[in-house]
This record gives sequence, C-alpha cells and structure tokens, in this order.
Amino acid sequence: MTMTDQPTGVLGSRMLRREDPALLTGEARYTADLVVPGALHLAMVRSPYARARIVSVDTAAAVTMPGVRAVYSGADLADTWAGPMPCAWPVTEDMKNPTHLPLAVSQANYVGDAVACVIAETAEAARDAVEAVVVEYEPLEAVIDLEDALSDRVVIHDEIGTNRSYTWDLKIEETEGACDAAFAAAAYAVKERYIQQRLIPAAMEPRAVLAVPQPFGGDMTLYSATQVPHILKVMTALTLGIPEHQLRVIAPAVGGGFGSKLNVYAEELLCVALAKRHGVPVRWTETRSEGCQATIHGRGQIQDIELAADANGRLTGLRVRLIGDMGAYLQLVTPGVPLLGAFLYAGVYELPKAFDFSCTSVFTNMTPTDAYRGAGRPEATYAIERAMDSLAYEIGIDPLELRRRNFIPTEKFPYEAYTGLVYDSGNHDGAATLAAEMVGYDELRERQRSQNVPGATKRIGIGLSTYFEMCGLAPSRVLASLNYGAGGWEAATVRVLPTNKVQVVTGTSPHGQGHETAWSMIVAEKLGISPDDVDVLHSDTAIAPLGLDTYGSRSLAVGGVAIAMTCDKVVDKARQIAAHLLEANPDDLEFAGGEFSVAGSPDRSMPLAAVAFEAFTAHNLPDGMEPNLEAHTTYDPPNFSWPFGTHICVVEVDTETGETEVLRYVAVDDCGNQVNPLIVDGQVHGGVIQGLAQALFEEAVYDSDGNLRTSTLAEYLVPAASDVPPVITGHTVTPSPTNQLGVKGVGEAGTIAATPAVINAVVDALSGLGVRNVPMPASPNTVWSIINAAQGGSQ
Amino acid sequence: MIPAAFDYVRASSAEEAISLLGQYGDEAKLLAGGHSLIPLMKLRLAQPTVLVDIGRVSDLSYIRDAGDHVAIGALTRHMDVETSPMLLEHVPLLAHATSHVGDPQVRHRGTIGGSLAHADPASDLPATTLALGATYVVTGPNGTREVAASDFYQGYLTSVLAADELLTEIRVPKMNGAGWSFQKFNRRAQDWAIVGVAAWTRGSESGVGLVNMASVPVLASSVSSALASGSSIADAAALAADEADPQADLNASVEYRQHLARVLTRRALSEAAG
Ligand SMILES: Cc1cc2nc3c(=O)[nH]c(=O)nc-3n(C[C@H](O)[C@H](O)[C@H](O)COP(=O)(O)OP(=O)(O)OC[C@H]3O[C@@H](n4cnc5c(N)ncnc54)[C@H](O)[C@@H]3O)c2cc1C
Repeated sequence: MTMTDQPTGVLGSRMLRREDPALLTGEARYTADLVVPGALHLAMVRSPYARARIVSVDTAAAVTMPGVRAVYSGADLADTWAGPMPCAWPVTEDMKNPTHLPLAVSQANYVGDAVACVIAETAEAARDAVEAVVVEYEPLEAVIDLEDALSDRVVIHDEIGTNRSYTWDLKIEETEGACDAAFAAAAYAVKERYIQQRLIPAAMEPRAVLAVPQPFGGDMTLYSATQVPHILKVMTALTLGIPEHQLRVIAPAVGGGFGSKLNVYAEELLCVALAKRHGVPVRWTETRSEGCQATIHGRGQIQDIELAADANGRLTGLRVRLIGDMGAYLQLVTPGVPLLGAFLYAGVYELPKAFDFSCTSVFTNMTPTDAYRGAGRPEATYAIERAMDSLAYEIGIDPLELRRRNFIPTEKFPYEAYTGLVYDSGNHDGAATLAAEMVGYDELRERQRSQNVPGATKRIGIGLSTYFEMCGLAPSRVLASLNYGAGGWEAATVRVLPTNKVQVVTGTSPHGQGHETAWSMIVAEKLGISPDDVDVLHSDTAIAPLGLDTYGSRSLAVGGVAIAMTCDKVVDKARQIAAHLLEANPDDLEFAGGEFSVAGSPDRSMPLAAVAFEAFTAHNLPDGMEPNLEAHTTYDPPNFSWPFGTHICVVEVDTETGETEVLRYVAVDDCGNQVNPLIVDGQVHGGVIQGLAQALFEEAVYDSDGNLRTSTLAEYLVPAASDVPPVITGHTVTPSPTNQLGVKGVGEAGTIAATPAVINAVVDALSGLGVRNVPMPASPNTVWSIINAAQGGSQ
Repeated sequence: MIPAAFDYVRASSAEEAISLLGQYGDEAKLLAGGHSLIPLMKLRLAQPTVLVDIGRVSDLSYIRDAGDHVAIGALTRHMDVETSPMLLEHVPLLAHATSHVGDPQVRHRGTIGGSLAHADPASDLPATTLALGATYVVTGPNGTREVAASDFYQGYLTSVLAADELLTEIRVPKMNGAGWSFQKFNRRAQDWAIVGVAAWTRGSESGVGLVNMASVPVLASSVSSALASGSSIADAAALAADEADPQADLNASVEYRQHLARVLTRRALSEAAG
C-alpha cells in the first residue's frame, strides 16, 4: 500500500509476466511433452510394505511380456552406482546416514521405496510388467511414531544401529547458565508442544525425467522437472561416475516445485544409467500417487518451545527442543531443514543471549522428508508465533500489544541478533500498524466481544503472525559454518548483441516464479532499453554453466543482484568505448535512457546501440580493450536478506460442526524494493494459501503399519480456489542495505506467515471455551473434538 | 495412472447394450459418464476387460413430465438435471442436490443413472432420490422392472442390478410445494460429502435421506415418524443417526458423523420448514 524509496521506471511496475501466455495456452513444453523417438519408458516396482526384507525378486515373467526391454532388481544394478544417493548436508561430524540406493537391494524402508524397475517400449507395457514382477518380502515391524523411533525399540537400519541421525545444538548464552537463569527469574513462562504434520508438496506438474544419450562421444543430456539443474548435474556425475563435462542437464518448463524438486531422485539416476546401458533414450513420468509416496514430504517435526518473560512481557529466555522426522533416508538436504529454522525461533523480537536450542532427528519408515516451501523457517515461525499468543493469554494482554513490546525497534537496524546474525533492515511496528489498520483490528476486537458470548455457536477469532524470513541463501562462509556441501553464490552473464538486443544468462532456475520477466526488467532499467529487448537464458547447464539454482527465496536477492552488478560492468565497459569514440573523458560521460552524453554538451552523445555495434566490429576500440560487450559476475552475498511483515487472519468457527470459515485475510509483507509488485502479490497469494492449507487442510496420514492413507488428491486435501479466502495484500518498503537493488525475497514469506496466523485465529475464537491449542490441520472433526474435550465431554 | 488393457464397444441403444452385456458376461462394465468408473480403472481398483459405452444412447437422456412424477432418463447428465426448468419447478430438491455434485466438469460428464447404479453411499443422488421416494426402472434381457429406491441399494457399491441389466429411468414424485433443504458438509467444494442430508417436509409428511452414513444411502425414517407424531424439529433431528451405521475415515470419526447427521438434519428441517 505504501511505497517509499521505490525507483521509478521499469523497476517497480506491475508488468504482466512474459511467461504466462505459453503457460496459460498450454504451449509451454514440460519434460513429459518432449517428443523423442525410440525412448523407452521406465516404471518402478515399489514396496507395498513400510519395512520389509527383500527375500527375492523374480523378473522372469515380466521380462517376457510384450514390449518389455529389461527388468532390473536392486541387486542387478547394485554395481552401477559409484556412490549412494547424495545427501549434501552432513550437519554434524557424527551424523548417521544409511546407505540409500536408487533401487533397494536387501530391505525396503517405506511404502513406495523402489525395489525393481522395468523399461519397455510404451508406458502401458512398462506399467503392466510392473504387476508381473514377483517380489517376495518378509515384512518387518515399521516405526512410524517419532518418539518410538527415538527409543530405538525397533532399529530401522541395522547398518547404523540406531534410529538417531544426529543431534545438533545451538546454545547461545551471555554467560553460562543464562537461559536457565532466565526461566528461574521469569515473571511469566509458557511451555508448549506443537506438531508439524507431514505435508505432500503436490506441485501441479508431477516429476518427469528424460535421459537422451548423444549418438557419438558418450555425452548424455538429462531433462528433468527439477529446480536444481546445476546441482543435479554434479550429483548425477558423482553418483553414476559419469565425467561431469559429458553431462548436460536441462530443466524445461517446470510446473512448480516448492522444494520437492530440489533433490536428486532415484528415477533421474535410473534414467541416465539405463539410457547409458541400453544406448537409447529412457523416460519416466510420475503418477500422482507416486508423487504422494516417492517424492519428498515436507515438515514433520515435534516442537517443544518454552518462553520466559519479565513482568512487562519482554522475552528473557527461549528454549527449544525438536524431534525431526527424516523419514526412511536422508535426501539432498534433509538433515539441514531444522537448522534453517534454528535461527528464527525468536522471530522479530529482541531476545537477550539466553537461547537454548537442540534438535534430534530420527529415521522412520515413511517417505523421506526434505525442504518444503520455507524449509525450517515456517516451523520456527509457527512455534514462536503460537507461543507468543500463549504468553499474551497468560499475561492477559492483547497479542498485538505483547508483540509491540517485544519488536526489535526500527532505529536499531542493522541489528545484531542474539545469534550473531545481522538483520539488515526492518520496521516491524510499521508493518503491524498497517496490517491492523487494513483489517480493522480494533473494530474486530469489539465485534468479537459482542459475538463470542456464552452459548454462541459462531465464534470470531483474530490471529496474528509477525514474521521474519531469512532468505537470499546464502553467504558461502555461513553455509560452511553449517557444514553445507556447497556455496551460496549466483552467476550472471549479460551480453549486448550487435543489434543492441541483450541476452542474460542466469544460474537461477525458475519453475513458476517469473524470473524471465523480473530479470528482463532489471536489465531494462539498468541499460535503458525495453524489457522486450532482453532474453533470459536459464536452466540448461550447456547455456548457463554456472549456477546454484532456485530455492530458499534466493533468486532475486542473489541471482537478480548478480545481474544488476553485471549490467554495471557492461555500462562501465561501454562508457570506456563511448568516451573513446566521443573523444571525451569517461568520467565526464553520463549514462541515462540508454545513451551516453558528455556532461555539459548534450549534443555530444552516443546510444548504447552504437556502442554495442562498435564493440562488435572492434574497428576502433581503446587500446588493449577486448571486443564485444559482455560481462560476467559470480556474486556471493555478504548477508542473508530479512523480509518481514504482519499477517492477520479473521475466522469464524461454527462450534456445532467444528468448521472454520476464514472471513478476512490481510497480508502486509515487506520484501524491500519490489521489482514487480504483480509478481510479489502472486507469490504472497500462493504462499498464504499454501500456509493456510497446512493450518486447515493438508496432512500426509500414515497408519500404524506405515501405509500412506493419503496417496491420491481425493484424500490429500489440497484446497482449490473455491475453498480459500481472498488475500488482501499490503506492503511496506524497507530496502535492504546489503545489495544495490535493495531487494530481499518473497517466495516463502506467505507460507511462513500464514500457518500461525490461521491457527492463532482458530484458537482465539475458541479461547472462551477453554481451548488453548488446536492441532493441525484444524479439520472440522478435530476442532469439534477439541471443543468437546475442553468442555469436559460431549456436547 | 494407466488402466489395465480393455476392449471397448459402443452401444447405440439400450437393447444393444443389454445384448452386449449378455455376450461378454461378468467381464464387461457399462460406461456412462465414466466419472466413477474411469478413476477406479486408473488406480487399477477395477479391471473390466470390456467397456460397453452407453454414453451416446441419446434416447435415454430426457426429463419428462409424467403426471404425478417426473421421469428422467438414466443417461441424463447432471448439468441437465441441475438446470431443468421442469425439475426446478416440480422436484427442486433433486435439481439443487445435483448442483452440489463435484465440479462443473464432473457435472457435464456424469449421469444420474451412473451415479445411482454406482451405489456409492457417499454420492449425493442416491440419498436424495431415496428421500424423495423415487422409483428406478431397470431393463434387462427379459424386459423392464420397477424397483423402489428403498429396495435398490444392497451394500457398498452394490445394488440389485444384475450384470446384464441397465438402469434406464428414474421416476421422482413431484414435490407439490413441499419445503426442502440439502445440506452437504465437506471440506473442499468439489468433494463428496462427509455427511449430507436431503430433506423435504409438507405438513406432517417428510422424507430425510442421509449421505455417507452407512454402506448404503440411509432413509432416516425415525426422524419422519417423530415429525409425523408431532415432535419438534430439534427432537426429531436428535434421532437422525438412528438408522445409520457410519464408518470412520480420514475426515470423520463415527461419533462425529453421527453428530453431524443430527446437526445437519436439524438445519435441513428448519430450512425446509422456514
Ligand atoms: C472429481 C469428481 C468429483 C465428484 N464429486 C461427486 C460428488 O460430490 N457427489 C457425487 O454424488 N458424485 C460425485 N462424483 C461422481 C460423479 O457424480 C459420477 O459422474 C457419477 O457418480 C457416476 O456417473 P457416470 O455417468 O460418470 O458413471 P460411470 O462412471 O460411467 O459408471 C459408474 C458405474 O455405474 C455403472 N453404470 C453407469 N450407467 C449405468 C446404467 N445406466 N445402468 C447400469 N449401470 C450403469 C457403470 O458400469 C459403473 O460401474 C465425482 C466424480 C469425480 C470424478
């Protein structure tokens, strides 16, 4: 709503996304749309048991079926792998990581774990042959409950002898014992347990893979519906022992990921391995049920959080104990997810150095978990924002008032937090004030007082979430301190072609975010040309050889900034050339509107187009200058970026049915300067709905034997447009001082903020009935049961 | 989501469909709108070897005034039922309940006959036609027979239809100005009901059908008896789960379903009376 310090011109305009016409008309080509003659189809034989010894795999009948080319068990391919499936984040030195192969050899460890595979001439023939593969299993007891897993009553992986993967601690105290002392001296303390249910990412486009061997020279092209073509290339090379330079990875149009395509999957490795072995293309397209079972799940944590506060409600100490559900194996960044949240448990509040965090992560016989939109940060934000509401209740003050007392004051930014991390900029009170105004906070509280009277069956609840985001992943040295197996830089090339059209090569890998639009806007602003004259090249390791891809709300704050910096280099070089041709001092040249002119003599000028052509012909360049107008940057950000905001959700709960209706949802987000507010709004809308879905709808449900009961979209409740409220967006703009665009990132903010806002609203609605907590998802049945329990029996 | 292999034949009339069913026996399945059958086949929960497509038997798609009742051809699409002026006038409860089936795409493909023959207790139309006292016309190799809706459903996804029989017509008594209500409780707009209630009242007469409250659609006759003998709506609605035998699933426990049936029945009767 309020826009300050926003540059004028292309940047900051609500330009329509150039990606959309192709997406909306079905012209966009996804991996499964690519037509490659002679490709064989891969189909997977998956374990129906959560934990079972593989006694034998009989492929004889399947292999003789029409159209079937080959059938492989895990044992058949065991020698194919140069290494196990990769986990790039060994968070502690003693972290346990059981062997994880694309096809299990001796034991299956979750329903959906692949134990054999078929390649056939058609997808139908492959699917039929899967039914003919006879696997003899010896079912073993499965471990589903996290605390049961922790007890090691049943150990899932013999080879590591325990279900504990690691314990990671982060204790930050001014003096030894500061945290305990804070609790001992606390005027108020709350202790809460929250469960982060497992979520199924459910991207619109399922995963799909196509590996195409090149006819000569041994090169391989891997097309995959992935967020991370660059990481996938390195990992595939390592896992398969293929020379990296002979592998090219392309992510065609990719229909959403939310973290689920930030990984290296068995099917990717199998397609490459079998394409190589058979010398023909091999492809695989996931079915939705496979997507539910064999693509990573999100969340899955038990959180114990304790807050200590002084008599004014100011936080004095914070203690967190987590149990993380890794699922059956560690995928690419599985163990690191809780760590990403560890730094956000104090949210937007001032906390003295009295912080005690410990996370123990365990294996279970369920689908592996990994990063899912927000990755660790939604969990942390949920815990602190729910606990702040409990504290407000305990003290007997309004939750907004309690937050105001604890906000980091605006004048203290940049602010060095208790963790040592420096928050770049912030205005928490500003965002909260705007959100409260937009939603009509005071009137709503009035209405609540008059509506939620004893006996009322429609009760109003107002829920707040004042959140911090840690994005722009990431300064490489900080990642090193967390033992992450890669850096956090991003690469950009800007190339002005002879005709003054511009190619931008980015290492980010968009899958719905609109980078082509946004990056072209940055270049247009910088070079004074039209965005239409900028082409953005990405997601193909042969075209964009350097990059670290797209996740963690990093693309703009790292990749976009890299582009802006590269444009500066281009302009610098062009300035030298223009000065040379205009016979002027480079320092006397002004660059505006795509034209260099000599300060004070506007008739002496030269458009960038002319410079570009001169750079191309190289007929008359300054001595020693290389031809062509092109520059490259690899940018390692000096800090994370810290977007923030306030979301307020208003619900009405029908206490007879337990149904929650969202009456109003206001999202005020501050992501620094906005390149394209239309895209920002889109990200906020989608993010909020995804966060609201966790609060009210979604849960991956397992029975006690480890069967996934939500393996289709009929049972796994992804809400549709008709099931969710309109999202009213507002913004404050507090530019980041750490990058030249002043941008922060907005890809995950909505998801991070929404879940606690919604649940806080539901709990607030029911607080008059004695309800203090509502588990997620707050389904009607759950809410009804909670009310009954609080009222001491059935109604 | 690839079904097992099957053969496909298209029937151009009810008679031809019946003779094809006779020819292929148990292995064959009728295909109407396909919106229940195809999903089951894609999950390989159903693996018929022959599909007999009756989707183009257009003379079974009609809505006719038949005096005291409205006759609806089994192949009539949900969208046609939902928007039929005749049904909106004479059997508004059915038209309205049909507008709650799935989403527009489903309603443009799915048929009333397919929905009833599929005999899913979670579907909206079996309970609704039951509440309305409908009669179904069944045609087989030996001619036609009439089956009361209350006699049609035998268990989960099973009805009295024999393998070589076709549901051809649904006869729904006119409501003659009865008040009515359809309460569908679900978590997402396009989903099946967790619990649904179709109710009408006219003076001391009433009909209450329950969706998803047993392995078959349920007629809540205790509620109607109580109303007939002068009970208040609240008291009658408290009996709503008496004939039910619900199952627990991911959306609802048994107790919650029973509770919802009572709450929704009370709301339905109040709306019908109001
Ligand atoms: C996404 C989705 C959401 C849905 N939501 C709902 C909902 O909310 N409420 C609801 O009630 N339904 C819902 N449905 C089901 C929908 O109404 C189906 O269309 C309907 O139940 C079946 O009708 P059909 O014509 O598609 O039957 P088909 O799928 O073609 O057939 C179903 C079964 O009936 C048999 N059959 C079909 N016609 C006849 C006949 N004339 N005589 C004898 N046997 C016959 C078939 O052999 C088959 O066994 C939904 C379906 C989908 C896909």
